[in-house]
Amino acid sequence: MSIITLEHGSGGKISHKLVQDIFFKHFKNDILDRADDSAVLDISSEKIAFTTDTFVVKPIFFPGGDIGKIAVCGTVNDLAVAGARPKYMSCGFILEEGFPEKDLEKIVISMSEWAKKAGVSIVTGDTKVVARGEADKIFINTSGVGVFGSGDRIGIDQIEPGDKIIITGTVGDHGVAVLGERKGLEFESEIYSDCAPLNDMLDQVMCGANGVKFMRDPTRGGLATTLNEITDSSNLGIIIEEKNVPIKEAVKGACELLGLDPLYIANEGKAVLITAPECADKVIDILKKNEYGKDACIIGEVTEENPRKVCLKTRYGVTRIVGMLTGEQLPRIC
Amino acid sequence: MCWSVPGKITEIKGKIATIELSGIKKDVALDLISEPEVGEYVLVHAGYALQKVSEEKAKFTIDFFKGNK
Amino acid sequence: MSRYIDEYRDTDLCLKISEEIKKISHKPFNIMEVCGGHTMSIRKNGIQKLVGDNIKLISGPGCPVCVASIGDIDKIIALSELNNCIICTFGDMMRVPGTNSSLIKAKASGSDVRIVYSAQDAVKLAKEEPAKKVVFIGIGFETTAPTIAAAIRQATEERINNFSVLSLARTMPQALKAVTDAKDSRIDALLCPGHVTAITGTGMYDPVVKKSGVSCCVSGFEPADLLRAIYLLTEKHEMDQPALINAYERVVNEEGNVKAKDVMDDVFRAADAEWRGLGIIPDSGLKIKEKYAEYDADKVFDITVPPAESFSGCICGDILRGAKDPADCGLFGRECTPEAPKGACMVSSEGTCAAWYQYGE
Repeated sequence: MSIITLEHGSGGKISHKLVQDIFFKHFKNDILDRADDSAVLDISSEKIAFTTDTFVVKPIFFPGGDIGKIAVCGTVNDLAVAGARPKYMSCGFILEEGFPEKDLEKIVISMSEWAKKAGVSIVTGDTKVVARGEADKIFINTSGVGVFGSGDRIGIDQIEPGDKIIITGTVGDHGVAVLGERKGLEFESEIYSDCAPLNDMLDQVMCGANGVKFMRDPTRGGLATTLNEITDSSNLGIIIEEKNVPIKEAVKGACELLGLDPLYIANEGKAVLITAPECADKVIDILKKNEYGKDACIIGEVTEENPRKVCLKTRYGVTRIVGMLTGEQLPRIC
Repeated sequence: MCWSVPGKITEIKGKIATIELSGIKKDVALDLISEPEVGEYVLVHAGYALQKVSEEKAKFTIDFFKGNK
Repeated sequence: MSRYIDEYRDTDLCLKISEEIKKISHKPFNIMEVCGGHTMSIRKNGIQKLVGDNIKLISGPGCPVCVASIGDIDKIIALSELNNCIICTFGDMMRVPGTNSSLIKAKASGSDVRIVYSAQDAVKLAKEEPAKKVVFIGIGFETTAPTIAAAIRQATEERINNFSVLSLARTMPQALKAVTDAKDSRIDALLCPGHVTAITGTGMYDPVVKKSGVSCCVSGFEPADLLRAIYLLTEKHEMDQPALINAYERVVNEEGNVKAKDVMDDVFRAADAEWRGLGIIPDSGLKIKEKYAEYDADKVFDITVPPAESFSGCICGDILRGAKDPADCGLFGRECTPEAPKGACMVSSEGTCAAWYQYGE
């Protein structure tokens, strides 16, 4: 079995062969093929959106995806929720000595497929190799550039009391899919990561409806964390209804088993949208027509009351706070 | 404390049973209960089956107010 | 639909029970919900707002993580710093602060600390890592203690010689007695932990009812279970008739789980234990019997830690006894938060103060 060695990161012949045989072969595009130190991009937009992210998910292969798919979709989605159209990406790889080449190729092929589906080009990159034990198999860093069409800017300052809060689908799928594969917590399920590129769907929303104020993708920390970030930044309040938050039965089951709250579990193919009340229904219609938005629904609204707090109306009609977690949610016995 | 959930035994392999809850399957140890049977529901806590759930007595809470209607 | 879960969350059923409670509740009534799991379910579902103005739900010391003493935590940290030692623990323990550190900090500093779902996972790990010493942090009440005992017996049967347990297990009856006997006790009734009682049987509450005149109702964890239990306790309270009630019949009976109790008795003996905030309660802890000494981390390792002191201004003892609320504490929400907990009640995600902070009060 071919494995990555320190020589693959040295910049010499062996390095170059790896870059050609795997990265250039699968990421093929005109800009990358020039193999310049920097990718020179033709961007006809007054403003650009620029994002960066690093992916260290464990395990690297999980039901519904792999670290490469998340790297592409995560970057694309960060740009898309800013209201931009993702165009270009970079990716830097840190590989652990001993990592199987075939796993690397599998991940790169996955990235190439999902970049094509999302309509982005991976135009520049870097590879480093560290000694065994100094990294956990593979880490991927990305950055992404997106452009804006015409139309109003979205942003947190646009949010007003009365605005509706929409989630594009079920929550908790990704986190549970990954947890089920982790050593010590193994369980069998039919849950797949929801990892997906949302740029087309969100572009359709931005073009088809007037009144989208703000968007964010609820990744680490889940829906609850994203909503808390919004109340913290906007100084407004949010109230959501428990019965409106869509959660798959199997995700509920896994959460019951492990003592976790689905509101805090990571998603990789969902977006939270905040819209003016009069266009919320139209946004839902547009989302539901897309494969990634079939379960979209309104879950709550922005309020003037209880600023900087996220409140949840339980199915019993009483309200409680949905706080920010201290750190990672840990499976509990208590 | 004592986070426990009811799961249905779908398979028994010696001292381990597979339980199922909303489509999730997990193996649990049977050291602490007597004569488990496939199809029975058990309380699951920290990887062990702790107690059988009585189907008959499970109705008590649900039926509690039926008479008052 | 998850069987034996969703039926007890039914909105109509729960709201109906809530209405019935309000109809019969006329006298002020303080109910202590002993168990951390009850605290969580109550706060998460907003049940304290469904019982009318006369009933007050007070959280008690039923969180084994919260009541682990600072000295216990210091001992665990010291173990984690030993060469070749792997600490296996339930996730709940990771953030509990000792004098200077916590397991999460120890892990970041290089200790090998692993979160497990079951004591059995720790035994499995010991088999996979024969060169290391695997120590399982045995925390919990009578629900968890049998699983820890079962794991020790399994290790004995399979002759695994690199596995041990640091037993921090505790038992409920003595703590309940301490709480109801306290001079400043304002408790009229106890909502008793359903899963502990599934193991022990209901008999252990007889002395509490008879000697303290405090009603005890064993309750499940779903909203309908809790509301029904509160209704039944209210009924008795309005008639001044202390009683022992089992409202979790589907898994609780008078004798409990005899097999689980036998496994516990085989491995554990009662010992005095220190409860964070409550001091030493006689016979309230479970230590490993001599015949299993090679699996007793207290005997396998020679660890002594300096005596620990609690944070000045901390009133966790009063809160755990139900004598005061988190709002009465000068540190609550200021120096003492879930990110920087100073005392037992904020430590676990299920502690009284943590629940108040998280779900808003």
